[in-house]
Amino acid sequence: MLDVAIRRLDGSTAVDLGRPTAPALPVYPALAGVLPGGLRRGSTVSVAGSISLVLALLGAASAEGAWCALVGFPLVSAEAAREYGIELSRLAVVPHPGTAWTTAIGALLDAVDVVAARPQRIVPGDVRRLGARARNRDSVLMPVLTTADAPWPGADVRLRAQGGRWAGIGAGTGRLRARELDVTAEGRGPAARPRSASVWLPAAGGGVAVPERLAPVVELAG
Amino acid sequence: MTAPQRMIAVWCPDWPVTTSRLEARLALDTPIAVVTTNHVVACSHAAREAGVRRGLRRREAQARCPDLTVLDRNEAAEARTFEPIVTALESIAPGVEITRPGLAAVAARGPTRYFGGETGALHAVVRALAGLPAGLGADLLVGIADGAFAAEQAARRGVIVAAGGSAGFLAELPVETLDPSGTAPLIDLLRRLGLLTLGAFAALAPRDVLARFGPDGAWAHRQAGGRDDRPVSARRPPVEFAVTLDLEPPVDRVDTVAFSARGVAEQFVADLAAHGLACTCLQLQARSEHGEQVVRRWRHSGVLGTVDVLDRVRWQLAGWLAGPARPTGGVSQLRLVPVEAVPTATHQQALWGGGGVEDERARRALARVQTLLGHGSVLTPVLDGGRDPGQRTRLVPWGDEPVPLRSPEQPWPGHLPAPAPSVLLDPPRPAQVLDEAGRAVVVTARGAVPHPPARFGFGSAAPVAVTSWAGPWPVDERWWNAELARQVVRCQLVDVRGRAYLVSATLAADGPPRWQVEAIYD
Repeated sequence: MLDVAIRRLDGSTAVDLGRPTAPALPVYPALAGVLPGGLRRGSTVSVAGSISLVLALLGAASAEGAWCALVGFPLVSAEAAREYGIELSRLAVVPHPGTAWTTAIGALLDAVDVVAARPQRIVPGDVRRLGARARNRDSVLMPVLTTADAPWPGADVRLRAQGGRWAGIGAGTGRLRARELDVTAEGRGPAARPRSASVWLPAAGGGVAVPERLAPVVELAG
Repeated sequence: MTAPQRMIAVWCPDWPVTTSRLEARLALDTPIAVVTTNHVVACSHAAREAGVRRGLRRREAQARCPDLTVLDRNEAAEARTFEPIVTALESIAPGVEITRPGLAAVAARGPTRYFGGETGALHAVVRALAGLPAGLGADLLVGIADGAFAAEQAARRGVIVAAGGSAGFLAELPVETLDPSGTAPLIDLLRRLGLLTLGAFAALAPRDVLARFGPDGAWAHRQAGGRDDRPVSARRPPVEFAVTLDLEPPVDRVDTVAFSARGVAEQFVADLAAHGLACTCLQLQARSEHGEQVVRRWRHSGVLGTVDVLDRVRWQLAGWLAGPARPTGGVSQLRLVPVEAVPTATHQQALWGGGGVEDERARRALARVQTLLGHGSVLTPVLDGGRDPGQRTRLVPWGDEPVPLRSPEQPWPGHLPAPAPSVLLDPPRPAQVLDEAGRAVVVTARGAVPHPPARFGFGSAAPVAVTSWAGPWPVDERWWNAELARQVVRCQLVDVRGRAYLVSATLAADGPPRWQVEAIYD
């Protein structure tokens, strides 16, 4: 099979005639502002700052039939996963991959569409190998970091959740209803221009939504 | 057209009677009738002498023979008790074909050559059958003819039909021979057409028979002419679909076991397929030489083929032999039990994607990771019912059936409304929920909070300011049971960094409540 790729010096692809591009995995409309093309297959998308954001990213893909895996995460609530649209029968959880975490992620990338993983220790060789595996297999590698971590070196898109203004809760009144979260995306290639959006994550009743803008008040004559 | 195969048929007359007699432990000369749906399907010799016939109603049979023992038909038992005879036949030649319990046939060619002529083969058959347990007490008739149908008829009469003489042998028999119950519309029609013998029926042109009577008629026509080249339909007894593999000496390598298991896996799938069934859920039992065992159920999105069964054998053993609960000795026995089977016609993989190739690929890869990391390391979440967020999520090993313990559909009054916290702490971690003065926040018995929370921290982090909070919501669970009773209050807190937590406190009569973090809204 003809496999021609011309790359720029910085590693980005200029011409690629080799592989037919698989359709990207969908994202929820509220997140389309930061990920305009969805989750591109074969890419590495790192997420920092919020596990809800990870679940929301998996949710839209899972609802469309994609398989997802969570590697090295603390106990993620099945209820929250369901609220974000994840089909639990297509979600695999590997809580303690141990020392074999790169092997486990590599094996999962072979067949699962999105692998969200919390790396234990970032080794440049592993980063490169896992990125290449994802590219070969048309799956999405999603390293999940905390805001304190160094950024994932090979990421095509780096998503970062910041802020967090909770609505519905007061001083001893109400309850947690929704959170407004600022999500920024930066990266390389098509994602080089930083984008940011403010989303309800979780939205009221669960899931993710665009914060509604208040309609301007129009004075009616008479 | 190929010439019909020469067959040796063994027929046990009144096999349903023999089986029922053995099951009920009755004497040989008891008059017995076996009935289904109130009609006699078989009767013993003693009953026949008293006038009982097939097809009689139960009452009528009892009227003709007052001391008649009436038994229900048990087809599974018939097949089971027929097994010794099949085994005895198999000791002479492989490929025994069981038409139905009570009638078996084996191709004559092999044994005839091996034992030096048909007489020698018959002697061998008789010797093998003579070794059966005497308690069977069954009559056995043996016949040889060309073609299965002719062989059956020969066995019923205990004769040997010379090679090529099947058509002549069958020609004299009445058409009712084709269907002994005499209820088939074809027989009735043939009789009314004046075709009273098989020979007369066989003399018709095959094309005309096919045109007038359809495929069934054409098949009956070929049988009548002694030209049935279809082998007798193979039938396995439906007693047990489970298969067992004994390993001697015990084996401690997964690959070796999987290699040895190929035969039983094939047998397992073929047994079910022969009954028009396919397995969708399989129970695998492995036992070590020291008696430890592991039992696991494997459900499959499609139907389990031989390769799938072997994969699961490999996966389960890999997890077991390398896992924390590894056996002290090698694997000595493996048993495959079908838990759920579907008729083959009803199960079909989805046409486009969904539930098809992609899902199968993902399942395989997950199972591979499972062999890599151990069976219990790849999990899948199950949504359970419950009031605590921690109760509502449960992880089960991948491949096990994800069945909720408690239905999540029930209302569960008192559970937190959506949105649910994304990260659960299991077990909950001790936390500091402090008021302005730096003391643990107190909740009164009436659920009031005299001093609201001002600072919050858990783990090694220093407490930070709380910007907003909600609660406390009391949970008073199982107050009727002194041991399981639980009285806690829950609060939601948002700290100054915008992170929200679900905290709970167990109410104690003396001293400040013990606060802990149950979940994080990360």
